[in-house]
Amino acid sequence: MTFEDWIFAVHLLFAATLVGSLVMSWIVIFSLRTADTSRDTLSLNRVAMVATGATIVGLVGTISLGIWLAILRVDFHPWDGWVIAAIILWSIATTALVRSFREYAKPVRVARTLMASSQAGASAELSALNRTSKGLLLRAVGSAAVVLIVIDMIWKPGA
Amino acid sequence: MLAAIRPDNQSFALLLHLVGATVVFGALLASATSLLLARGETRLLRLGYFSLLLVGLPGLILMRLAGEWLYRMQNWNKLPPQFAEPSWLKIGFDVADWGGVLLLLALALGGVGIHRLRNGKGGTVLLKATMVISLILVVAYVVAVWAMTGKPS
Repeated sequence: MTFEDWIFAVHLLFAATLVGSLVMSWIVIFSLRTADTSRDTLSLNRVAMVATGATIVGLVGTISLGIWLAILRVDFHPWDGWVIAAIILWSIATTALVRSFREYAKPVRVARTLMASSQAGASAELSALNRTSKGLLLRAVGSAAVVLIVIDMIWKPGA
Repeated sequence: MLAAIRPDNQSFALLLHLVGATVVFGALLASATSLLLARGETRLLRLGYFSLLLVGLPGLILMRLAGEWLYRMQNWNKLPPQFAEPSWLKIGFDVADWGGVLLLLALALGGVGIHRLRNGKGGTVLLKATMVISLILVVAYVVAVWAMTGKPS
């Protein structure tokens, strides 16, 4: 394997981490929709934290090695249409996902406050925050942008 | 470059293969993490098991079928006997097939574990076995992604 092959393989490992962590985060989001106690919210948050960390690693790794590859390879250029499209989609995905992480951090803060005041029972406020439609929409936009990046990478329109 | 050397009619099969692979990878990550961080909590133990059953298993089936479709489209099944299949392809098949057997074993053990948990007869040890198998499979999938993308041979 050449140095370029290694960069390509690691780039795709980051991509697998990114998409895999998004699948993981969707599993947590669906589970959160039935969580209405601070204990359940904080339990699921432990898993969500791992997914969020993996998503951030995936986002940073794919873009940095992707641009490096576009510079390294003679067949591609960073200014190729499909590369620019991927960078734009990556920016949309990153913005939407970071904003969605902030939305899903709100119920965690409330759950910690409730736990601190020994209110371990079901909470209507917590239940509503765990079912946030804004967070869900942002996560869907971010995930759709990532799927479009994968499609762009496979078909490479204009390459 | 890959798009330039791969006929366009194979792109959809590749997309399905990648979607299946990342779905099963994500489900394995979710399962292993939930079971690892459960600390005996039923909700996370159930999440760990059911993410493997309801997300991981369909992902594995999609990945394997789309992989087989690609294999036939690229005529690897018509390779003359004097030529050996490249090692990256063997690694991919081994991880998909033996990994599939391990996933079914993890599901069987976890299924008994969940049943025992529901009846208040423990079951966490069996779910820990599911977690260990999930972690092994995560490592195996990382090796498969490296082999199938870097194509070392």
